[in-house]
Amino acid sequence: MAEAPRFRYIGRRRRAVEHRRFVTGQGRFAADIALPGLLHVAIVASPHASARIARLDASAALALPGVHAVLTGEELQPEIEPMLPGVDAPEVRRFPLARGVVRYAGEWVAAVVAESRALAEDAAELVEVDYAPTPHVVDPEAALAPGAPLVHPAHGSNAIFRREFLWGPVEEDLAASPHRLSYRVRWSRSATVPIETFVCTASWNDATGLLDVWASIQMPKFPDLLARCLRLPGNAVRVHFDVDVGGSYGVKRGLKHAILVGHLARRLGRPVRFLEDRLENMRGGDMQGPDRIFDVTLGFDGQGVIRAMRMRALDDVGAYAGRSPFQLGKPVGAIVGPYTIGSVAYEAISVLTNKTPQEAVRGFGQAPTNYAIETGLDRVARALGLDRIEVRRRNLIPPERFPYLIPSGTLYDSGDYARVLDKALAAAPFEALLRQREALRAEGKLAGIGISTCLEPSGGNSSFEPLFNPKNTTTTWMDSCLLRVDLNGAVTAVMATSSSGQAHETLVSTVVGEVLQRDPDSIRVIHADSLSALPSNSPVGSRMAIMLGGAAAGAAKRIRDRLLRIAAHNLDLPEEALEWRDGAAVPRAAPERALSWARLVEIAHREFHNLPPGMEPGLQEAFVWEVPGGGGLPTPDGRIQMYPCHSFEAHVVLASVDPETGKVALHRYVVGHDCGVMISPDVVHGMTYGGVAHGLGAALMEKFAYSPDGQLLSGSFMDYLLPSAQEVPPILIVDHCTPSPLTEFGQKGSGEAGYLGGPAAIASAVNDALAPLGAALDALPMTPAAIWRALRAARAAQSAPVPARETA
Amino acid sequence: MPAPPPPVLVEITVNGAPRRAMVEPRTTLLDMLREHLGLTGTHAGCEHGICGACSVLLEGEPVRACCIFAVQAEGMSVTTVEGLAPARGALSRLQDAFCEAHALQCGYCTPGMLIACHDLLARNPRPSEEEIREAIGGNLCRCTGYQQIVDAVKLASGQEAAHG
Amino acid sequence: MKAAPFAYVRAESLDHALDLLAEHGGEAKPIAGGQSLVPMMAMRLARPALLVDINRLGALKGVAIGPRRVVIGAATRQRDAEQDAALHRAVPLLRAALAWVGHVQTRNRGTLGGSLAHADPSAELPLAAAVLDATLVLASRAGGERRLPAAGFFLAPMTTAVGEEECLTAIEWPVWEGPGVACAFEEVAIRHGDFAMASAACQIQRDAEGLCRRAALGLGGVAGTPLAFPDLAARLEGRRITEALAREVAEEAAARAEPGSDTHADAEYRRHLAAVLLRRALLRAGAAPARAAA
Repeated sequence: MAEAPRFRYIGRRRRAVEHRRFVTGQGRFAADIALPGLLHVAIVASPHASARIARLDASAALALPGVHAVLTGEELQPEIEPMLPGVDAPEVRRFPLARGVVRYAGEWVAAVVAESRALAEDAAELVEVDYAPTPHVVDPEAALAPGAPLVHPAHGSNAIFRREFLWGPVEEDLAASPHRLSYRVRWSRSATVPIETFVCTASWNDATGLLDVWASIQMPKFPDLLARCLRLPGNAVRVHFDVDVGGSYGVKRGLKHAILVGHLARRLGRPVRFLEDRLENMRGGDMQGPDRIFDVTLGFDGQGVIRAMRMRALDDVGAYAGRSPFQLGKPVGAIVGPYTIGSVAYEAISVLTNKTPQEAVRGFGQAPTNYAIETGLDRVARALGLDRIEVRRRNLIPPERFPYLIPSGTLYDSGDYARVLDKALAAAPFEALLRQREALRAEGKLAGIGISTCLEPSGGNSSFEPLFNPKNTTTTWMDSCLLRVDLNGAVTAVMATSSSGQAHETLVSTVVGEVLQRDPDSIRVIHADSLSALPSNSPVGSRMAIMLGGAAAGAAKRIRDRLLRIAAHNLDLPEEALEWRDGAAVPRAAPERALSWARLVEIAHREFHNLPPGMEPGLQEAFVWEVPGGGGLPTPDGRIQMYPCHSFEAHVVLASVDPETGKVALHRYVVGHDCGVMISPDVVHGMTYGGVAHGLGAALMEKFAYSPDGQLLSGSFMDYLLPSAQEVPPILIVDHCTPSPLTEFGQKGSGEAGYLGGPAAIASAVNDALAPLGAALDALPMTPAAIWRALRAARAAQSAPVPARETA
Repeated sequence: MPAPPPPVLVEITVNGAPRRAMVEPRTTLLDMLREHLGLTGTHAGCEHGICGACSVLLEGEPVRACCIFAVQAEGMSVTTVEGLAPARGALSRLQDAFCEAHALQCGYCTPGMLIACHDLLARNPRPSEEEIREAIGGNLCRCTGYQQIVDAVKLASGQEAAHG
Repeated sequence: MKAAPFAYVRAESLDHALDLLAEHGGEAKPIAGGQSLVPMMAMRLARPALLVDINRLGALKGVAIGPRRVVIGAATRQRDAEQDAALHRAVPLLRAALAWVGHVQTRNRGTLGGSLAHADPSAELPLAAAVLDATLVLASRAGGERRLPAAGFFLAPMTTAVGEEECLTAIEWPVWEGPGVACAFEEVAIRHGDFAMASAACQIQRDAEGLCRRAALGLGGVAGTPLAFPDLAARLEGRRITEALAREVAEEAAARAEPGSDTHADAEYRRHLAAVLLRRALLRAGAAPARAAA
């Protein structure tokens, strides 16, 4: 293990500066923005999965006192530009309100604006809409079949994206492999489901021609997209990034919400708020996650070493698409997981169906892919009668091979995978888990140990954009920081995006404090608005420790360098003779001549005569950072550096299953985690715990289920089940540090930690528990009913009572 | 649709101070606190009684403010997250422990969590891990996986340091 | 998710409440804890024109424990009942059921009568009432007091025999006199505190030899109403509750269930669960340390 560099503030425990406002009830969320004359929106939504809108009559609603408007798609669409998908499918156009046809149950048809939300709901009930149902399709495989009803006839197909990548001689390698196995796994539709729904408040000023927007969002390029869709210049839209966002983990895109509210505010000349209620959020918030069928073939040798993989991923994106097809693209950057698989064929298919649109979810498609890969590792072990851990060890990329180039073109920066796995096993400790498993089995329970070893690509880049859309030549996903030192010496850092729980203010102040050797608690961090901000691509793709941390460090270094130049000039010493120590410029040979922070700031702000010739007065620096290793376009065969940094996690889980009811209990949960140098350990651990809990939900209980006629069956918190503290077990995290060579402090990303390996590990544990009975599950979530069905099928199929014995 | 009945005067004590507002009978206690009294610390998560983000103390007991109409609380005392600190600018021991143990991230469920944990510690000064998990079982959090919340309650009850 | 408009009256007395209910017929609805009613109103699945708030009626609150029966006011909070040690001794199954109901916040507000009147077929308190054959006391201005056995009270999902002008005022729970009473409540929900996919409850009284002297048992979540099986309970009397007997009775009960399907559990699974849970409940109660005497 490389010795982690020593820091003054980085990696030390420090209270997050954000907490104090939240524990005292003084957070400022988008729903807390109170503006005089505020009007409220309620939505009239389609009850049908697919229908023509035959008639819409809002007269009764409009007659209700206190109702200000009923906006329909007929009125709205000509006024705005469509939201287009990221892939090249210009006919798959999405508008906030449907016009003529509806394509999923829950799609917005009209927006009612009234003096109160309750009144808006009263009026929404009075909007009369006649629908003529049309054929629909809710199954993604059926949607690809010839003759299937087309969700967007103008697009000509329900496949919104389809490409087969070939990275190496896969067929030859498979043919040459002593063993092959094929399997199918199903990742069901779930999402991050933050406790705060989408909220957007907007206010238009006729005199200034400025639209102010406060929204609970986490979306790259949101202000620019909003302005373009509203046909406003970018400088007529001011998005306030200083609202606290009540959780997101990917989904808080909310563009259609903001277009609608922005349009209404401008049209009505009154501030307007749309605060989605939970039912609107679940059905029409367009925030459901990946919904995939994987078909995988692995070729491997008798030792369990996998040589080649063919993977087909069919993802049901629902009725419209924004960035969702890219969720098949990001896993290209970790398509072999942490393993030495030599050649890969990957077919990625995004399918349109008459369901709620898919949106970005924590991991951006990597967690389902990891689940598919990890299922394969367990199956290889089972097929050969080998230990699952040993099979992983034989396939893990060894530490001496970093940086490691995977077949799809991404260079993994650093890692020590087997070591992290060992640490997790030792912490469990694994021998005790084996004993506990036996003890549980002796009690009559089914019990199993789950293992997963997974990657978390981090430092979110946009490389999947040109990879999945040849018309898109985006090769930068920069982030930035502006640093100001006032004439009293106080430091203010300006970041250019909102936060949804990632403690960015703590991150930036820690990093700036580290570089300037100033107390981080003395550094204020503010969130700019979009008109005063430097460019940012928002906190997606586990990128902010790397990108915002890197930008903050870059800006701080510029401040430090400038102060050193001022000091050198005033001390008449070469810069090399000075060092930066404790926030002051200190001559190495004569520390008593040090120029203090206060003195240097005074010179910068007040004493032009003491500045080096040509230096600007004042003290501020900006830094815009490109994603390290990024900047390139894909090769013709689709190889590209996806994300720069690669965190790693090894999960070890002990689970039991009630053999009669199918109910799962988790008894021990250990995660070995390596995200390089942790800037704020509490923050990293917190996100990892949360990721595990989210993964538990995806593995065992969360699902957006649809009826055959396209109705969402889990549209409330009564039937879409988020795990509570009584389902989530105590979790032990074991840290390891393999610094990234690509980043300022050796940090990697960790915003998706826990979730990327959790579902795979829990599924592994359940299947280990079921294995003695010859039962297995290949779909998430593994609900009690699903487990019971698998057990029943296995019992029925079992004529010979000789269970295959698992070796760990 | 019949015209809504006229607003009624509701007088309650919030965080020790008398407060009043004219509200429709259908206004929940949650909406009265947020929209009429400007106490936005209490949050709406589901508005159907599952997530616990709207928890407040009513007559000293934790309840879901989305499942009570404000008019039903007439004359009663309500404590919200804004009323948990012993003094302006100070933190209660529990609030302090939440900060120390990193028991929150986005802060959205936090007010409800604090209310639930405050009530637990009032009833049970040294709760076990299981008792803590039961007490917050009706409060959903999507950020923390609950681990650091459990740690914070232990810390606040003097049972162990959040970090060794 | 805001309720449709309604008028609100805080009842000053039971007579006042009954007058209002009589006056407004089906347009009015009593509200007690509101833990089910308010969410239904927020979703506009329930839209009474008038809410009659019975929360402050002292006459509808409290627990009176007699030798043969316990009378609990309909507006008694679940949390108060849960914390009443004497009630536990008198009606053990009620306490066992309450342990599964919701969470602290909902039990602080939710009432016994409210849960029973709401009549969710998966809810715990209706099952306890059905199994013990509690008596539901209803009052109306025109009809005075009417007493219904639980068997005649629950009619269909979310539907009871409570008339439009009636108010549930009290629940009478039988006290099983003598020693040897034990009970068990079993359920499976994916998440703690949620309504069960299936539930089973029983209360048993054993004699000094460990033979079953008296029994009551039933199933929840597997039909439109909670199900009690007095005939199957009678089959246990005079016998030791063995694995075989428990299985036989549980499977016969489950076979009579008429479960529905939803996204979490289909009918077949629910029926299976019912048999498993009732068998477990019988065995657990059969083996449990019993109360000395009520």
